[in-house]
Amino acid sequence: MPKLQVALYWAASCGGCEIATLAIGDKILKLAEVADIVFWPVAIDAKYADVEKMTDKSIDVCLFNGAIRNSENEHLAKLLRQKSKIMIAYGSCAVEGCIPGLANFFNASMILDNTYLDTASTDNAGKTIPQTKVSIPEGELDLPEFYNTVKTLAQTVDVDYFIPGCPPEERTTWLALEALISGKLPPKGTVIAHPAQAVCNDCPRVKHEKKIKAFHRPYEIIPEPDKCLLEQGLLCYGVATRGGCGAPCPQANMPCTGCYGPVEGVRDQGSHFLTALASIIDATEPEEIEKILDGIVDPAGTFYRYSLPDAMINRARIKP
Amino acid sequence: MTDFEPKIVAFLCNWCSYRGADLAGTSRIKCAPNVRPIRVMCSGRVEPAFILRAFELGADGVLVLGCHPGDCHYAEGNYKALRRMMLLKKMLPQLGIEEDRFRLDWVSASEGDKFATVVNDITEKVRALGPFKTKEETKVA
Repeated sequence: MPKLQVALYWAASCGGCEIATLAIGDKILKLAEVADIVFWPVAIDAKYADVEKMTDKSIDVCLFNGAIRNSENEHLAKLLRQKSKIMIAYGSCAVEGCIPGLANFFNASMILDNTYLDTASTDNAGKTIPQTKVSIPEGELDLPEFYNTVKTLAQTVDVDYFIPGCPPEERTTWLALEALISGKLPPKGTVIAHPAQAVCNDCPRVKHEKKIKAFHRPYEIIPEPDKCLLEQGLLCYGVATRGGCGAPCPQANMPCTGCYGPVEGVRDQGSHFLTALASIIDATEPEEIEKILDGIVDPAGTFYRYSLPDAMINRARIKP
Repeated sequence: MTDFEPKIVAFLCNWCSYRGADLAGTSRIKCAPNVRPIRVMCSGRVEPAFILRAFELGADGVLVLGCHPGDCHYAEGNYKALRRMMLLKKMLPQLGIEEDRFRLDWVSASEGDKFATVVNDITEKVRALGPFKTKEETKVA
């Protein structure tokens, strides 16, 4: 059997997904037995031009991590889609936008101004801001164009499978790789993860009926070791997040932040968590509800931490 | 912009507000024709996702009407709606959705006049705000 031709790419991401790929440990040797990696900027020296020269669909599988934030990301997404039989959105950035997607609360000029002009530690007397083209004596240089809106991979090209997580847990990555190696692939569009309705199903903490009088941030309290974190007033996202990760965060006393994306059947993860949270607030008077809600300091940023570009309202409307 | 007619989606609870709207009709109370009513069994049935989806699909404003506190047919569905919509209202400005585009209010089956007042009020406020657009150019202008 010929070896699988595999490509890996990172677009707007932090590099964590690359490490997550390696987190499968010695199983990587098993992967090397059956697959050749033909393109992986972080690890091997293949250039974009090499990919351009490949014949269409000559790559069997592309694991694409990172969101689409600039023209380079978009170009590579389209190029790799053209060259690959199977395109996989690997990790939360590619699946739903993730942390880079929080930039959708702003637009390009706000971000560039803040980064290059307005921050207190910036010394930029010439007010230099990156340009897509600049002429120097040696010739013309170009930079990718920085977009106003961060997009997911599936908003840019056709995607076959989704692997959730920021980054995907080792077990999730291996589940997907096993399916690829064995050729037992699920239907197109499947989110590949161990079946569990929500993170709560994976979480061993004891759960009761939830009634909340006050919300806390993780640094404000020391949570009881065995009791549901949400019941203790921490904004634990487990109720509205796809399970399969094994719930490592709540088991380490940290609330779930929602990186595995919405549970099956839900499209807008943020409002789903909002709905769940508001329902368990133990108050009926507007003044008291308001006081309890003041404990949620950044609702949109908390609810859409990983999924703003994939949400129903996928960016903030900025008045000109 | 002068010929802009706001599209407003209104979620009305079956037991109070939908009947309040009916009463407004049978009493021949004049009110703005901009509202598209959707009957739900209870304001507690209205998920915040419904409201975001309405905006996504082109609504300029969204109205949720339920029974007065204490009068809910299902005892406390409207309290649930109150908590959810208060939290949603806290979040909407972060997404650039003006406060006046969304309103939760209570209209009983006998309050046809209040129904008309609420509908006229949100219609005029949304008219003043102009059309709601979610889509924005991806590229730098």
